[in-house]
Amino acid sequence: MKHTSPVVRFLAVATTTALALGMVACSSGPAAEDDGDIKDTTIRVTLANHVWTETIKDLIPEFEEETGAKVEITQLAEDQLSDQYNVKLNAGTDEIDVLMYRPLQENKLFASNGYLADLTDLVEKDKDWGWSDFQEGPASLTSWDDKVVGVPIITERTVLYYRKDLLEAAGLEVPATLDDLEAAAAAIHEANPDVAGYIGRTAKSAAVTQFSAFLFSYGGAWINDDGTSAIGSDEARAAYKFYGDLIRDHTSATINPEMSWPEAFAVFQQGNAAFIADADSLYKNMTDPSQSTVSENVGFAPFPEGPAGSKPYNVAAWALAVNETTANKTGAWQFIKWATSKETTLKMAQLGVSGARTSVWDDPEAKSDYPEELLEAIKINGENGVGQDRPLVIQVAKAREIVGGPIVESIAGGDVDAAVDTADSAFAEFLTQDEE
Amino acid sequence: MRSNASGPAAGPASAGPAAPSPGRGTTSFHQGRDPNSRRERFSRWANKNRKWLLAGPSVIFVIALLVIPLAWTVFLSFTDAKRSIRRPFGFNGVENYTTALTDTARFWPSVGRTFAFTAGALTFELILGMVVALLLWKPFRGQGVVRTIVLLPLVATPVAVGMMWRLLFEPNIGFINEMLSWVGIPPQPWLADPSTSLATLTFVDIWQWTPMVALILLAGLTGLPEEPIEAAKVDGADAWQRFWFVIVPLSRPVIIAAVLLRGIDALKTFDILYATKGKGGGSFHDVETLNVYAYGLSFDYNEYGLASAVLVLFFLMILLVIWVLQMQRKGKQS
Repeated sequence: MKHTSPVVRFLAVATTTALALGMVACSSGPAAEDDGDIKDTTIRVTLANHVWTETIKDLIPEFEEETGAKVEITQLAEDQLSDQYNVKLNAGTDEIDVLMYRPLQENKLFASNGYLADLTDLVEKDKDWGWSDFQEGPASLTSWDDKVVGVPIITERTVLYYRKDLLEAAGLEVPATLDDLEAAAAAIHEANPDVAGYIGRTAKSAAVTQFSAFLFSYGGAWINDDGTSAIGSDEARAAYKFYGDLIRDHTSATINPEMSWPEAFAVFQQGNAAFIADADSLYKNMTDPSQSTVSENVGFAPFPEGPAGSKPYNVAAWALAVNETTANKTGAWQFIKWATSKETTLKMAQLGVSGARTSVWDDPEAKSDYPEELLEAIKINGENGVGQDRPLVIQVAKAREIVGGPIVESIAGGDVDAAVDTADSAFAEFLTQDEE
Repeated sequence: MRSNASGPAAGPASAGPAAPSPGRGTTSFHQGRDPNSRRERFSRWANKNRKWLLAGPSVIFVIALLVIPLAWTVFLSFTDAKRSIRRPFGFNGVENYTTALTDTARFWPSVGRTFAFTAGALTFELILGMVVALLLWKPFRGQGVVRTIVLLPLVATPVAVGMMWRLLFEPNIGFINEMLSWVGIPPQPWLADPSTSLATLTFVDIWQWTPMVALILLAGLTGLPEEPIEAAKVDGADAWQRFWFVIVPLSRPVIIAAVLLRGIDALKTFDILYATKGKGGGSFHDVETLNVYAYGLSFDYNEYGLASAVLVLFFLMILLVIWVLQMQRKGKQS
């Protein structure tokens, strides 16, 4: 008789136990009911730090009163939120009922992993709630394999934030082209050496989404139609160089290479930059006097035209989904239905949060809180917008690291062509492995 | 009336109906009870296996929190698990190990940074720790207050320490550059420049952990016999000679313990690196150590097989360091 060693036996037992526990933990919860009773149940909602979250928190008592359910919120910063999902959803948790996630970043990954419940029947069942009212672009980003797996809650486009006072003092018009933007940045920095002409995201991964508007407006793309890497094109190279030069050439400050939007916004909010192109959904951070010292002087403009025109992104930045393994799918769906209803979306819009419902965008009442100039910029950017801001792949985080390489090299004043060559071949290899 | 028999099992209430009550004046523990009763059998078994029973809870704890995760990591390192461990995955032999070991872009630079960071931090922590320990060794007025102040960095949370130093080292508005400007030194990029960021973070580590090394060394110094030091003094040895030829050799076991404890800890540093430079050890991976790299592979790239292989290799490296240090200690002892 063949004897196995105790170590091997132990490993076999440990592995089998872990797998068995995993399988038990990963089973799907009961299906959601559109009108099931959720009184006295607790709905656990995981949300990101965002204006939307702050706004919905004030409205949640209405939902609790209406349904008799209790909503428990866990609120985290983006990175921590992703880490939570990676751990908990991987383990098949039932501790999350509703999850706020980034469709462009995580929809393919989460849906193909089986983390998200199929909402197709539910969204189509209630005609009054109106799935057809959601804009086509955002709605397509929360679908996967012909199934609806999420409901978009926030849409955003790249908008150009600028300092009205500085432009006026320099006698300049609001830049309509990227060349105008660079000239204005140079002129303002020259006249005000402590002010950076342009500030933007500089961290490798974080910068990718905002750089996309420059890439598209230069006529570049992330991926060619045949699925191969497009970042080695002449247009992409020109865009990489332009973005790096724009940030590096018009400032006296040492550039922090790890800036995401909060750090870049902080520079602008403190009055130390003349321009920044970033998401319009974050405009409150600029206009709120408690956060911004230049709240009175912030202007909004459509993204300037490049050689290929003005092509900012126009995307669903965040969505809500139901965890496939929760036991409370009914409660989770009813929360989402309420949070994305016409009424709630309208209230959110009045408080400055741009949703994905066409009817709300058409409602003049919804826009009362928006600055006039911003509304105009949103309208134009919406018409010109591209439906993506990062490579639409499964492993987006890895792809962003690859295509972001030339951005940081360019900002640092390094050899952009060499960085693009390296990134291009790495991205080409990545794309061959990023199969469904 | 109190029975002479000892132990709770002797009481009528706990003896059970089948066991006759022990009579007055009995001396044997088991007398008068059925030796084949379940309780007695359990008692004998427990007595025989008491070392396992007493250690049991700890063993279960170690298995649950150490052995199973470690075994699971080793298991995953031989698989192609990626994106989610809820997806089907299979064995791929040593592919993850060859991928890691042939990766000159991320893996080997991370190894280099891990050891450079540890060696730099440990060297300065030992030297400064010894200086602090020597200063605090002999009693002086206000010693308690000075000790408390010296130990303050140790009690701070590493993430808070990271955030604090990130602000202090901020190239444009940070206090460090402001301070340098008072003496005419131009602003330095510190954490913002890939060529200085790792050294800057090594400094932060030294700032935080020197007190712990000092504390260990101080404990060793306090326990040293006075006679050899006095004898050296009588023989005319100066302060440096007494330190180098008497105190250091006598303190060797404590110094090695400090190197072992702090060295392993420094190898595994994650919090201050992540709090200051974020995922990937910065945009240029300039502070990406093995721990940060493995974290990125797992949490950012969802490549669980490769991340596990990197962690296993890292674990083996730490074991190797411990083994070398132990050999060093044994060699000196023999």
